[in-house]
Amino acid sequence: MKLLGFIIVCLTGTFLLYGTSDLPDWGDPNSPASLHLSNHYIEKAVAETEVPNLVTAVLADYRGFDTMFETAVVFTAGLACFLLLRDFKPKEDRYYRHVPTGVVLHFKDKARQLRVGTEFEAVDKDWVPSDMVIKTVCRILIPFIQIYALYVVAHGDFSPGGGFQGGVIFGSSFILLAISYNLKTLMKRVSEKFLGIFSAVGVLIYVGIGAIAMVMGGNFLDYSTLAPLLPVNPGHIRALGMLGVEIGVGIAVMAVMAIIYINIVSQGRHDEGL
Amino acid sequence: MNNYPAILIIAPLLGAFFAGLAAWIQERLSYPLALISLALSTFASVNVLMEVIANGTVHYRMAGWAPPMGIEYRIDLLNAMVLVLVSSIAFLNLLASYQNVEQETHDRAASFYVAYLLFVVGLLGVVATGDLFNLYVLIEITSLTSYTLVALGDRDRAPLASLNYLFIGVIGASFYLLGVGYIYIITGSLNMVDVAGILPNLPGSSTVLVGFILCLLGVWIKMALFPLHVWLPNGYTYAPTAFSRVVAPLMTKVMVYVMIRLMITVFGLEYIFVTLHLSEAVVWLGTIAIVFGGIMALAQKNLKKMLSYIIVCEIGYMVGGAWLGNELGMTGAILHIVNDALMTFALFLALGNIVYKIKDVDYSNLSGLFGKMPWTMAGFVLAAFSIIGVPPTCGFFSKWYLILGAFEAGAYHFAAALLISSLICAVLFFKVFEICFFAPEGNGLSHDNSHGHGDPVIVMDEAPVASLVTLGIVSLALILVGVYSGTIVNTIILPFLR
Amino acid sequence: MTEIISLVVAKYNYWLYIVLMMIGLYAMIAKNNLIKKLVGMNIFQTAIILFYVSIGYKTGATIPIIKNAHGSHGAEAAVIHAAEYINPLPHVLMLTAIVVSVATFGVAMALCVRIYQRYQTLEEDELRMRLSEK
Repeated sequence: MKLLGFIIVCLTGTFLLYGTSDLPDWGDPNSPASLHLSNHYIEKAVAETEVPNLVTAVLADYRGFDTMFETAVVFTAGLACFLLLRDFKPKEDRYYRHVPTGVVLHFKDKARQLRVGTEFEAVDKDWVPSDMVIKTVCRILIPFIQIYALYVVAHGDFSPGGGFQGGVIFGSSFILLAISYNLKTLMKRVSEKFLGIFSAVGVLIYVGIGAIAMVMGGNFLDYSTLAPLLPVNPGHIRALGMLGVEIGVGIAVMAVMAIIYINIVSQGRHDEGL
Repeated sequence: MNNYPAILIIAPLLGAFFAGLAAWIQERLSYPLALISLALSTFASVNVLMEVIANGTVHYRMAGWAPPMGIEYRIDLLNAMVLVLVSSIAFLNLLASYQNVEQETHDRAASFYVAYLLFVVGLLGVVATGDLFNLYVLIEITSLTSYTLVALGDRDRAPLASLNYLFIGVIGASFYLLGVGYIYIITGSLNMVDVAGILPNLPGSSTVLVGFILCLLGVWIKMALFPLHVWLPNGYTYAPTAFSRVVAPLMTKVMVYVMIRLMITVFGLEYIFVTLHLSEAVVWLGTIAIVFGGIMALAQKNLKKMLSYIIVCEIGYMVGGAWLGNELGMTGAILHIVNDALMTFALFLALGNIVYKIKDVDYSNLSGLFGKMPWTMAGFVLAAFSIIGVPPTCGFFSKWYLILGAFEAGAYHFAAALLISSLICAVLFFKVFEICFFAPEGNGLSHDNSHGHGDPVIVMDEAPVASLVTLGIVSLALILVGVYSGTIVNTIILPFLR
Repeated sequence: MTEIISLVVAKYNYWLYIVLMMIGLYAMIAKNNLIKKLVGMNIFQTAIILFYVSIGYKTGATIPIIKNAHGSHGAEAAVIHAAEYINPLPHVLMLTAIVVSVATFGVAMALCVRIYQRYQTLEEDELRMRLSEK
């Protein structure tokens, strides 16, 4: 297998090297790729969409149809993790800690359950008491991370950022919570149902804005037809449409990040993990 | 404003997310939602086909931007035909497979439907789009959902088969993406028609050549052409029934469509057959694929795996036909996309019914099936005749065009391979029929025989009615498409090629 | 000599991406551990991203965010020179490709977890041995 791999790699590499002989030089401002479409985007996009961040303008408007499917790909990844890993069977061994005394009880029987409340709390098998410093720092940090994520989503039209980036940052704040406390703490705050619904709602916002544009008489995703619905300057409507779809993308990505993490670390049981 | 081109893909997409939301409220709602959205999509695609036949190519600008800047759906006769094929097969299969899904994946049926719809969305988008990069994104949607759904099958082997499929699939998709990059760097455009306008100005460019071959390699990996087919047999064998029924007829055929689209619309037949001298090598590849697929099918002892190898064999037909370099060959290849999708669908429908009743479809378990499931087996026999190429069924006609094309191009080895594969298929299926027809005493039937004494009594035990009705419809389609294949060629394929 | 240097300067990005990509491809074919294959797959996809981003680069140009676009609506807006900004399109395409590769990675990870749950190993030869036993 190693030899075969080496031969294939050498052949493919030589073939690709042959292809580079004819490529325009790196950074050449007169290469075809930098002339044909790119000039139109750079020179016209601000006039046509009023969005100075050209990447956002191309991503969410000119090629907004691509981005819609990209969001659907993200949703598919979350769905795949759920479909492949989710395991609804309760675990055989369960551990509870008596909060006032700190005594840990071990249940091997599936039928018996303790009510989790102020007196008892469920703990992981390989539970390690989290460090006070880590907990405190993360608790302080997480709100700021989330605010920053919202900023990245909202400011995607004007500066580097957008729905994907913001969504990932927001999702990572959930993951930080799960790492610094434990998975149960996270699941208490954002339930599985919440995440499942939000991952679908996020993409639905995107597709829905497109479909509304279609109902309003334009082509699919043509934001300019949304102007009668919103009390803004009609020239600015495309920028608003982009903000709308970016919010949808952000919600979907945030939820899917958390779904993937939760399912993989707990092997689908959603009880304990990293 | 005519929005059918958008609706045919948006309906299942919206359906997927609504079905996903509905599952959190009431799981039973997902199935009807999925069914409705696919019915809408079929309706829209039939409308698009009507309009294309009446008024010529339909252009639809996504987000309202003109083609090279934005993404355009450009639906001509070929797309429209394949769109109708894809949406109707997906709809019929969903109609037929309710019981199978309940049997195999009942605890996550709702999510199964969502993934199924996304898979169909990807296929429809791949067929409808006129943008090279959009094609890549949609290929990835179909691939991701098919990795997932394949892994839901057989508990022991499916995840591993799916992971192998994933590794090879990622290489294929990445090659395609890289090929698009090479085309983009030299032309500066991603729109298929726009690229086709620029490419003739770049004669002898090695970048274009590398881009073309990379795209082609990527698509070949995805369609499982002979040396790159390794993922297919295991993947399709261990997939859940409801999914193997739709992935087997559609996935590979849609990829053949992509290859033909790249050849005709993007690079142009002149570039491929006059400038490059690849066609002979590719026709040989097709020939080898046919013979290899046939021989491997002969060696199998499991019905499902045998049918998977027949798909590998059929891919050889279409690739070889498309590369013969004449109109007859191309006509045969395009007609065979339709015919093969229908034949494979009928075979897998029947197979699904058999799997529903007897879990394991090793040959040894099949005995007595003609008595037990006469309707299913009738459909199976018809589909098998079509694969072999017996005249009134549709399989005969596309094979006829392919053989004529092979003679015209002087590719006698390809014609010989077509005939040999018919022979192999005949041997294969009659072997199966023999096992199914003659029930050796006390073998395979003992568990059905509740009387307890020696004589096995064959009890009729058919699959669910919905599956049988669908199988009936598809069997009828096999014959109708065969009878009207002249009409299809004259109204759709020849006007497209000229 | 200067020719060679100018050739290297002009093309080294494209050569580097090929080297990276081949490392990834080799890992995907030859490695025995499934996670190592996954890592190879990621390198393979990242190499393509490097290629695309190199397409978009223009010497002497800056990121594609138009300066001073605020407050200057319509006709009085300053003229925008295409040479001052790099090509935004490859970046858009790669944003999509990155998301796709992350999604693929997630699915592949989930599959690995499934395989590990069933067989308690991720070494390919051991898996093959287990499968042939049955």
